[in-house]
Amino acid sequence: MMSLTADKLKGLVLSIFQTHRDEIGCGDCFEHVDRFAELVQSGKDAAKEMPHVYRHLEMCKACREEFEALLSAIEAG
Amino acid sequence: MNDERSNAEWIEALFGEPDQKALADLRARLLRGMGYALKQRYRVTDADLEDFVQDALVRILANLASFRGESRFTTWAQKIAVRIAFSELRRKRWEEVSLHELGTVDEESDAEASALAWMPSPVQSPEQQVTRQSLVTLLSTLIQEELTDRQRQAMMTIVLKGMPLEEVALRMGTNRNALYKLLHDARQRLKRRLEVQGVTVSDVMSAFESSG
Repeated sequence: MMSLTADKLKGLVLSIFQTHRDEIGCGDCFEHVDRFAELVQSGKDAAKEMPHVYRHLEMCKACREEFEALLSAIEAG
Repeated sequence: MNDERSNAEWIEALFGEPDQKALADLRARLLRGMGYALKQRYRVTDADLEDFVQDALVRILANLASFRGESRFTTWAQKIAVRIAFSELRRKRWEEVSLHELGTVDEESDAEASALAWMPSPVQSPEQQVTRQSLVTLLSTLIQEELTDRQRQAMMTIVLKGMPLEEVALRMGTNRNALYKLLHDARQRLKRRLEVQGVTVSDVMSAFESSG
């Protein structure tokens, strides 16, 4: 038996409901995340300009962690 | 901070026999960025950062031809360095852990391995507990009925045990991209079934409202 906390249950179910038919994978996200990061850094609407990357980052914890680190890294100059 | 070099200047300086000044500048840039990004949140030493950046430089130089200019060269390079760093951090964190140890693989009973037990919070109302328990029971059933063995194993390991995607992929003999797609298919199947069962996002949100 695997124990499920409230946070994990909610996260799992919401991720199921947020699933889109045409999600990109980690490979495609990695290809374009540098441009996405610069859009975010410059205050532009990155989610609107690159919705597939935005959606993947919402769904994929691993890619999101790396994106957040990339954003910090480029902000360091 | 503005780049001193344009993208074209970076590529020209690094292609073939790299200009040592450009290489040193890039190294310094990556070290600064990686230090800022990683040191506060992760347990990394200066030696770790040096190793990550060194590995990144090798990969960057080997893949210069793939740079398409969609971003600044230094951002693209930083992306590669970040990927290398996280791969190594995750590998170290999880290297001693097998899927068996996490209890997500049970050769005796696959049903038992995927069964979910609810951990009620003491602050929930009885109504909330019933709703959440119902959700867990339903989800457990759907996971058992809808998903392949590999999907079940991957989902349980990542969602419940928190093992990173690429570490699970490695142990399952696949790669991160393929595993993401496997899980995407799994989520789609579960979504269809939840919708057939008449469960909505509102139902889920109200089960977790206020004190949960």
